[in-house]
This record gives sequence, structure tokens and C-alpha cells, in this order.
Amino acid sequence: MTFAGWCLMLSSVGFVLLLTGYCFYRVLRSPVAKDHMHAPLDIDTHEKMG
Amino acid sequence: MTAKAAPEGWSTKLGVILAVAGSAVGLGNFLRFPGRAALYGGGAFMIPYFISLLILGIPICWVEWTIGRHGGRHGFNSAPGVFSVIWRHPLSRLFGALAVFVPVVIYMYYVFIEAWCLGYAWDYLAGNINPGSDPSQFATYFSSHFNQYIGVAENGALFEHYSSAATFMLICFALNFILIYRGLSKGIEAFCKWAMPALILAALVVLLRVLSLGAPNPGHPDQNVINGLGFMWNPKPEHPGGSTFSALADPQVWLEAAGQIFFTLSVGFGIIMTYASYLKPNDDVALSALTASATNEFCEVCLGGLITIPAAFIFLGAAPLAQVAGSSIGLGFHAVPVVFQYLPFGQFFGFLWFGLLFLAAVTSSISMLQPAIAFFEEGFGMGRQTSITTLGLITGAGSLLVVYFSKNTVALDVMDFWVGSAMLIVLALFEVILFGWVLGAKRGLKETNRGSDIRVPEIFSYIIRYVCPTYLVVILGAFAYQNFPAQARAIVERPAALVTVTFMAIVLAFLVLMVHLATRRWERSKRFAHIPERAI
Repeated sequence: MTFAGWCLMLSSVGFVLLLTGYCFYRVLRSPVAKDHMHAPLDIDTHEKMG
Repeated sequence: MTAKAAPEGWSTKLGVILAVAGSAVGLGNFLRFPGRAALYGGGAFMIPYFISLLILGIPICWVEWTIGRHGGRHGFNSAPGVFSVIWRHPLSRLFGALAVFVPVVIYMYYVFIEAWCLGYAWDYLAGNINPGSDPSQFATYFSSHFNQYIGVAENGALFEHYSSAATFMLICFALNFILIYRGLSKGIEAFCKWAMPALILAALVVLLRVLSLGAPNPGHPDQNVINGLGFMWNPKPEHPGGSTFSALADPQVWLEAAGQIFFTLSVGFGIIMTYASYLKPNDDVALSALTASATNEFCEVCLGGLITIPAAFIFLGAAPLAQVAGSSIGLGFHAVPVVFQYLPFGQFFGFLWFGLLFLAAVTSSISMLQPAIAFFEEGFGMGRQTSITTLGLITGAGSLLVVYFSKNTVALDVMDFWVGSAMLIVLALFEVILFGWVLGAKRGLKETNRGSDIRVPEIFSYIIRYVCPTYLVVILGAFAYQNFPAQARAIVERPAALVTVTFMAIVLAFLVLMVHLATRRWERSKRFAHIPERAI
């Protein structure tokens, strides 16, 4: 593995870990995350039989 | 006086993170991304990849979450209604129809790939995968097994005799519609909220195992983990003789990087917008969108980028891997099964791997049906059963085409090119113009920040207004220049491609007509009367 390869791999993984860590930190800091924040799987689409 | 919400415990906040993680995992993370990166410049690919993430992927995610929630605030859950809330112009109807059309067509072939995952999981469980004991024959076995499995030799091959792929296709198609018809899709999604983080944990375990493999084959000491990582991450020229970073001069590399970001974040699918329309007016969108994007990137770069290619390199070697690395199908169904042959309990891990990929695919395919169902329900007052039956007939016809025209997967490739690649960019372009120019980027960003747990920096109003449209136009232009002539020739020369394109044109025309009729119905019932245009 070349020096450039190491640099690109470590900076890519490092950037993503920082971004993910920041987001999770903000979620965990939010006092009302459960009712206020959502993921697509978590959103109620009001499914009902019609 | 409003009641102050009680602070939540760690378990409920962890639930939010698990839901985000469950939504983030997809086939693109473990199969599509590593193959694309290895083929298009290795580590050099990551430069256009991250640029696309920062100036296209994340901003457009914010756009889709914001305009979706905005449309929902005014009582609309489908793209034609959401777009028309902001801009009462015929173009909103046309692109609204496109936003319904795109996920419907992607569903038609995505469910076929989902069936392959289920079929392989079943074959591993039942012990039907028997490549013999000669390791030199493993790659050949899995290649011919897969080609036979999906009927690449002849059109209609999957209908001529009992075919596992066609049977599992039928099962997957029925399963998706039964789940959504009976209102059980929330059940499977709730299950996946826990199952997909389990997949991430399993991937972390596999990652540790891969990174500690060293050089397991004494006869090939060069096939070791460091060289495997190098195969994935070393910047390399696409063609012999080029310089290390020469791949960056090729527009195709930038196109592929942007395309991967679109595919992996589901940007331009019209799905996020529909889901966001069900949010409450002051629900967070900025942090939710960013967390979903970041978690997806974690699965893609930190897991997909460090597992699939290095593992395949260690067990296959550079030359056989180079032949399949560019194709996500090749990597996922030719190379990865070979890796399982070398692992203890390989049959079990094969079942687990394809089973979890199948679950990830189910959550995606169900979400692809939601935009059209929402449109039929609110556009024509259809009941859920009627709207699902209508959608089942349309997608059933399209999926039948994909299964029948299996020779060289022509129908699948045609749909993936015109809809799964080109139209994603077109739809995203309309969305950023709607947000940045019709609504106004600053007003739009104000709407994004309303109720959100983080503030999106002001600079993104300029990025969305100027940079995104310019970048998208350049990408679309380069994409058309490089690919349209060959694709147009294929339509003329290959009857299967012509039939597929004709079918897609009929479906699009039908949806445009439906959107036109629905809009007239909304206008007659004065649905827009109380909404000032471009209102925030």
C-alpha cells in the first residue's frame, strides 16, 4: 500500500468518523430527540386500510 | 402556556440512532461502493466522492427533507402536491409525476435483485451451494452459477423450467405488497430498526476478522491484508501509463462519484420527500438529514470500503478481482461467495450475509412504493387497497419485463440507466431550482432551520442556489454526452431495450395524465386556496 493510499484511507475514514460522531453527540445532547428527530423508517405514514 | 417536554433518557435517544442506522444500511454500501471506488481510480475516487457528498448529497438531502415537511404542513404527502404548494406551475405537475415515476420504475428491477439475495440466503441455508473442494474452481463455479441463476443466456430462460430466481421474485413481490397492503410494513421496519444495526455489528466483527487475516495463503504471500487495502485505496490511473491521480481528469470518474452519492443517500428518488411530509411542522429536519447521511457514510466508507475488496483480494487475488470489481453484481454474487468458502462456518455466514442484505433491500423496496401510494390516495381519494392494487398492476407488468428480458440483463440495465441514473439527476436538479430560486434559498434555509436541532450554515443557501444547479447541469451534460449515443443505439438495435423504453414511456405518460387530473381535482376542491404561493 502506498503512502498516498494510507493518507486517503485514513483521511476518508477519519472524516466520516468525525462527522458521524458529531451527529450522534448532537442527538444524544438533544433533550427531546425521540419526538423531535426522525429517520425514514421511524416516520409514521398513517397506514390504514381503506 | 405550553408543557415543557421531559428530557429523554439514553435508551430513547439510542432508539433514534438505531432507527437512523437501520434506515442507512443498503445494498449500495457493501456492494456498489467498493466496486466503483476500486474501478474508478481507487483512493483518487474519494476526492470527487467527498466533494459530491458535501456540495450535492447533504445539501439536496436538506432540500428534500425541507420541501417534504413544508408540503406536509399544507396537507400534501405526494410529490405533485408538495411541488405545487411551492410553485403552481405546470412544471411542478410534470416533475411531480417524475417523482412518482422514478421510485416505481426502480422498484421494478430492485425487487429482482432483492430476490437474488433471498434466493442465495435460502440456497446457503438448504446447502444448495456446492462449489466442490478445488479452490481453483470456486470463482468459475460462482460465476456460472450466478449467470444460470438469473438467466443471462436467453430471454425467457427463467420461465422455461422451474427457476429459483423467478420463484423468489414472485415471493418478494408478493411479500412487499402483502406487508404494505395489510399495514404491516411498519412492523418489518420496526424489526429492521434492530436487525440492521445487527448487520452493522456483524460487519464490524467481519471487519476485525478481515483486518487480522494477514496472509492466510502461504502459497501467495502477496495476497495479504495490506495489499488488499492497497487495491481499494491506492490512487491509481484508470489506464496503464497514466499518472497516479490521472483518474481525476476523467469526467466519468466524477459522474460515477456523484452517481454513487445519489444512489446511496436515495437523493432524487422522491422517497425522502414523501416520508418527510408526514413530519410535524416543528420537527427537526437538519440534524435528522445530516445524521442519516453520516451514518450511511459510516456503513459505506468505514465498513464497505474496508471489508469487501480487501477480503475478496486476499482470497481471489488481484487479476480475478479486477474482472468483477467494477460490477456491484459481480462483486456481490461472484466474489463474496468465494470468500465464504474459505471461512469456517462459511455456509452459515453466507446465509446470514445474504439474509441481512435481503432485509435491508425489503425496507428500501417498501419505501419505494410509498410515494405512488400517497399520490393515488390523495390525488383521487382512493382507499389504500385500491391504490395498492393499481400500483401492483403497474409494477407487476414492469417486473415481468425485467424477468423475461433476462438475456444480459437488458431490461434491468435499461431501467437502471434511464431512470436509476439519468432521471435521478434531472429530478434533483428540479428540486434545487425549486428550493434555491422559486422558494428562495434564504427563505428555504430559514424553513430548514425552523425547529431543527442544528443550524445549517448560511453558506449552504449559496451552495444550493448556485453550486448545486451548476454542478448538476455539468454532470447531466457530461453524462448525456458520454452515454446517450450508445444507449440510443442500443434501443434501436436491441428489441428488448426498445420494448423496455416503450413500456417506461407509457407508464410515465399515464402518471403525467393522472397528476394532471389530480391537480384539477385539487383545484376544484380549492385545496390550494388558503396557501399563498411560495409561502413559508
